[in-house]
Parts: sequence; C-alpha cells; structure tokens
Amino acid sequence: MPERTSRPASGSAQESAAVQTAGSPTRHRHTRLMVAIGLVLSLILAGVVSLYASGSPDGLEKVAEDTGFIDTATDHAAAGSPLADYQASFLDGALGQSVAGVVGVLVTLALFYGLTRLVRRGDRTG
Amino acid sequence: MHVPDGFIDVPTSLGAGVVAAGAIAVSLKGARRELDDRTAPLAGLVAAFIFAVQMLNFPVAAGTSGHLLGGALAAVLVGPYTGALCIAVVLLVQGLFFADGGLTALGVNVTDMSVVGVGVGYLVFLGLVRILPKTRSAVVVASAVAAFVSVPAAAAAFTGFYAIGATSSVPVGTVLGAMVGVHLLIGLGEAAITAATVASVIGVRPDLVRGARHLQAPLDLRITPTTRPLTPGAFDA
Repeated sequence: MPERTSRPASGSAQESAAVQTAGSPTRHRHTRLMVAIGLVLSLILAGVVSLYASGSPDGLEKVAEDTGFIDTATDHAAAGSPLADYQASFLDGALGQSVAGVVGVLVTLALFYGLTRLVRRGDRTG
Repeated sequence: MHVPDGFIDVPTSLGAGVVAAGAIAVSLKGARRELDDRTAPLAGLVAAFIFAVQMLNFPVAAGTSGHLLGGALAAVLVGPYTGALCIAVVLLVQGLFFADGGLTALGVNVTDMSVVGVGVGYLVFLGLVRILPKTRSAVVVASAVAAFVSVPAAAAAFTGFYAIGATSSVPVGTVLGAMVGVHLLIGLGEAAITAATVASVIGVRPDLVRGARHLQAPLDLRITPTTRPLTPGAFDA
C-alpha cells in the first residue's frame, strides 16, 4: 500500500519521536511518573469519589429483584471480613468507606505485581 | 454484575470454575509475551484503576445503577491476556475481601466479566481497528464500541449459566431480556469511561497503549550513524 503523502510532517515527527525516545532513561522516568499519577488518581477515585457513587442496586441485582430470584442469593462466606461491603468495620461511616477503597486499590496493585513477577520469572527461566 | 452465591447451582458453578481456571492458565502464558519492562508497571496500574472505577456506580434507570466492568479497557491498554488477568485479580480481591461476588460464584464471575468481557471486547476492537483509518481517534472509537458490546455480552454469558444451573424457576427468556436490556444502558457508561481513559493515555503516551501499536513507526527504521572508525588508524593506509 502506498504511503499517504498528504501529511508528511506527522509521519516524520512520529519517526523522530521513536528514534529519540525508545529505551531512553528520560522515557523510563516519564513512565514511572505516569504510573504514579495514575495510582494517585485511582486512590482518589476509590477513596473520595466513591463516596458519591449511586447506592441503587446494580443491573443484575435489580433484574433479580424484578423477575423474582433475588431470594436465591445466600450469605457471603466473607461477610464477616473487615472490609465487607466496602466498609472498613473498624471505622465509622465515610472514613470507613474511604479506607476500604484505598486498601482495595493497594491490595489489587500488590497482588497484580506479584503475579507479574511470577509470569516474567517463568518467562526468563522457561 | 457480580453474581452472589446461590443464584447458580453448585455443579454449574464448579464447571464455570474449571472454565475460568483454564482461561487463566492460557492468559498467564499469553501475558508473558505482552509484559515487558515498559508495560509491566502499567498493567498493575490498570488492575488497580479498574478496581477503583468499579466502586463508582452510576445511575442508569429508575432505581438501577451500573459500574465499569473494564474488560475492553484492559484489553486495549495492556493486551487481552494481561487484561483478562487484571479483571480476574480485581474479582478475586472483591470476592475475598469485600464480600462482592460470591466465592462459589467466582468461576461464573471470572467467566462472565474476564473471559467473555475481555474476549468479546477485544475481538470487536480488533475488527473495528482493521476497517477504520489508522488514527488515534479511530482507536478511541473502536474501544468505545468494544466496551459497549462487551457489557450485554457478559450479561448474556451470565444468563447462559442461569439457563444451565438456575436455582430459581424464573424463565430463562425473562431473565435474558431483562439482563441484556439493562446492560445495554450500562454499556453506554462503559463506553464513555473506556473512551475517556483510552483517549487520555493515548494523548500522553500512545506507545504504552497496546491497541495503538499499529500507529507507531516501525522500530527497524531506526538508523544509528557511526561517526568514527572501529579501530584507530583503520583508514590511514
């Protein structure tokens, strides 16, 4: 397929960007900064914005209520967890919700990093 | 769409667990090819971000809410195999620590939201990216449509398990209609959040968006000029 010639500037800009940045230390720092910003954003979403989330039943729960099978749900085995229902049991009200959200983000991140290490270690040895 | 314990009978839940475990094994293998020094930190962030955004239920209709499932989003950002692992880890954390999604229903939930959500989302995305122009906005549009379709697809997958192993006598057709109907609405929210997130990342670092790799200039075009001879005096004679 012939190269489009209508936007030569854009094409060459992209190429020089690749030349300049691939694997450079600057870019690695930039990646770390982006991940840090993303993590702070996630913590704010889970710890603060979540306080304003809708409390209505979700799609499945509503369908189960309306069509009549909600009563077949049984108690959750982890109902006694200190973070059950996104409410830290050792803290009251909004603070308990915020802490639960923040802990959830950090636990998810930690678990996934552990998994990533396992996957990549297997890659190097196998 | 987190299924609690009890909706689906034990044998069907165990069957779903086998399907989910198989899919995770395949994803662990596939993720080796997707994760490198550059993408690995981003993948952890994607899982954490999806956990956070899943807490943000938005209202969709009278007395009903929905939240991001994140399958299409994860697949576009970090690839389908890593994306499936992201969603599976989020579901595991929610089920184990937050009593959100039953423990016996974990296989059902992973199959619905990770396997079907990511799988359908990624296939729709791939199909659209192939026919749309090779631009950043096309990648955003393709991820939005993929996200939209993935939600009713996951709802239909739940209904499939309901058809096999329901513990109630509510007819499957009634459940299917209601589930797909409400999840079409939730799909609109999924599409909006997915498009906004993909557009933000692609605006800052397009090279980190796996689904936008086809927009990058091929790396083998790089030319490194050498400015001095390899051995001193090589050109003296």
